[in-house]
Amino acid sequence: MALFQIKRRNILPGFGLSMGYTVFYLSAIVIVPVSMIFFNTFPMGWEPFVNAVTAPRVIASYKLSFSTAFFAALFDAFAGLLTAWVLVRYRFPGKQFLDALVDLPFALPTAVAGICFATLYSPIGWLGQLLAPLNLHIINTPTGIIIALIFIGFPFVVRTIQPVLEEMEQEIEEAAHCLGATRWQTFTKILLPHLFPALLTGVTLAFARGIGEYGSVIFIAGNLPMKTEIAPLMIMSKLDQFDYAGASAVALVLLLISFTMLLLLNAVQEWQQKEYRS
Amino acid sequence: MGIELQNINKQFGEYKAIDNLSLNIASGELIALLGPSGCGKTTLLRIIAGLELADSGKILLENKDTTNLPPRKKNVGFVFQHYALFRRLTVFENVAFGLKVLPFRERPSRSEIRDRVAHLLKLVQMDWALTRYPSQLSGGQRQRVALARALAVNPRVLLLDEPFSALDAKVRQELRRWLRKLHDEIHVTSIFVTHDQEEALELADKIVVINKGRIEQQGTPQEVYDHPANAFVYNFLGNVNVFHGRIHNGKVSLGAHQLDAPDDLKNVEEKPSQTFVRPHEIGISRIRSNDKDLEGTIREVRLQGGQIGLNIECQGLDNPIEAEVPRELFVNLQLAKGVQVFVTINRVRVFTGDYEI
Repeated sequence: MALFQIKRRNILPGFGLSMGYTVFYLSAIVIVPVSMIFFNTFPMGWEPFVNAVTAPRVIASYKLSFSTAFFAALFDAFAGLLTAWVLVRYRFPGKQFLDALVDLPFALPTAVAGICFATLYSPIGWLGQLLAPLNLHIINTPTGIIIALIFIGFPFVVRTIQPVLEEMEQEIEEAAHCLGATRWQTFTKILLPHLFPALLTGVTLAFARGIGEYGSVIFIAGNLPMKTEIAPLMIMSKLDQFDYAGASAVALVLLLISFTMLLLLNAVQEWQQKEYRS
Repeated sequence: MGIELQNINKQFGEYKAIDNLSLNIASGELIALLGPSGCGKTTLLRIIAGLELADSGKILLENKDTTNLPPRKKNVGFVFQHYALFRRLTVFENVAFGLKVLPFRERPSRSEIRDRVAHLLKLVQMDWALTRYPSQLSGGQRQRVALARALAVNPRVLLLDEPFSALDAKVRQELRRWLRKLHDEIHVTSIFVTHDQEEALELADKIVVINKGRIEQQGTPQEVYDHPANAFVYNFLGNVNVFHGRIHNGKVSLGAHQLDAPDDLKNVEEKPSQTFVRPHEIGISRIRSNDKDLEGTIREVRLQGGQIGLNIECQGLDNPIEAEVPRELFVNLQLAKGVQVFVTINRVRVFTGDYEI
């Protein structure tokens, strides 16, 4: 009954067909492949499953993956906001070039990025040389992982904020100035709340991407057990040892945590939007 | 003086937006800046608010030199054409914004802010909408909230940039009258920009007609409408018929016809002239009343509320004449498309010089 009502109220034609296609598409491309993880894990039984996912090395890799992805996304929030701001608000020579540069992490094979970082930050690399005397080590540390993830997640934040910033009228800021607000007050009280949903989306995407990132990280992380092994690497190494069930188990937990987090963030966003929209 | 502008200049690249403009506005007046789009009126308003910097000149608000102050220190209320409300804040928070951003020492207490906002929203008849968001309000309601927001900081002057132009005709008229009433209550020196002559005539204490960054004329609506200083002002204030011709020995040519020139131009020997006739200053009859009447045929009839607009093709004139007659006359004379009529021109204004439209 409820379904029929949606159908009748909808002016746009083709609801049945497009909804059917969407469900089919999501099933074929997302749900069925992902469900394989469940089906591969079930035969293993409860105890071996718990043992596999609570092994200290695995737990350490989860912690590492989520924390580095989190900090990288947090950094991207600031860097991305600033970059989007500069790209939208100012005119300068080379702007188009800079704008195109933002998308590069999307296009570059992640392994290439990883090798670039590894070369740059190795003790004899351009930056590594300078940091080594200060006793700052990037390579083979979580810091290195964060740097790689910042690079990977950066375009997500810029590209989600940019359109919102572009469509925001200058008059809003002018109104705030006329009412006596300083630049900082205008930014924190007017601009930031306005950009917040887009920022949250961008950060969520960067964060999700960071959890799943493999290629760029393994070259810079050094993959030291208990220290710099990320969760996707744990899965890969289990696969290398033909431990398919173990790999699925690790993947399943990773999947569940990620999905729960995305769901929560979506809920926050929904709640944010609901309030001020009629 | 409420507002004193001295020799303001502003150039955008090659384009001179404001051309050495000076203007004095008395405290408590409601002024209309009237002009065609692109004449510099909005730029002038933005310069007064500090949103734009003048290339040269001085701006005094309530006798205080504010030329180089940033907008937030000018203490002006600015109302934007498209409201510019903060859409993630409620109506209450929008109006309270100007008070909440004051430095801690000057900031009123929370209860004072609450009272002041409630008072202002009552003034603009929006007190029922405290907790609404701007997206839940109609255009007219949003503009009222924007006005309350601008008034919250007790501005020295209130500046309104085409405040009603985004609203539909009915609401526009309602808000116009309401703004006039509000101004009579609060008496804050106000300038509003408009390209709508009707709005300016109805609302303002004084009208300043601007063209190409310069003031063409200023005065009360009555003065400006009845005694336009030049052809531009005459043309801009209301509909008008224009006849290009020559003035020659006290006679003005109107196509093949001749009219007596007005007194001040009696002595002009020979000059190009433009003759202006307002549509409502034209008389229509079915029989010839005097020998100066023009003979013509009605080509078009338009309903304009209480008036009927006629497009009449006259013998000896290159272009048809636009006339307006009361509905009653239209019915009594049994006028219709194709009917032969005689046209009496009751009042003309003649300008010489090379003004172009």
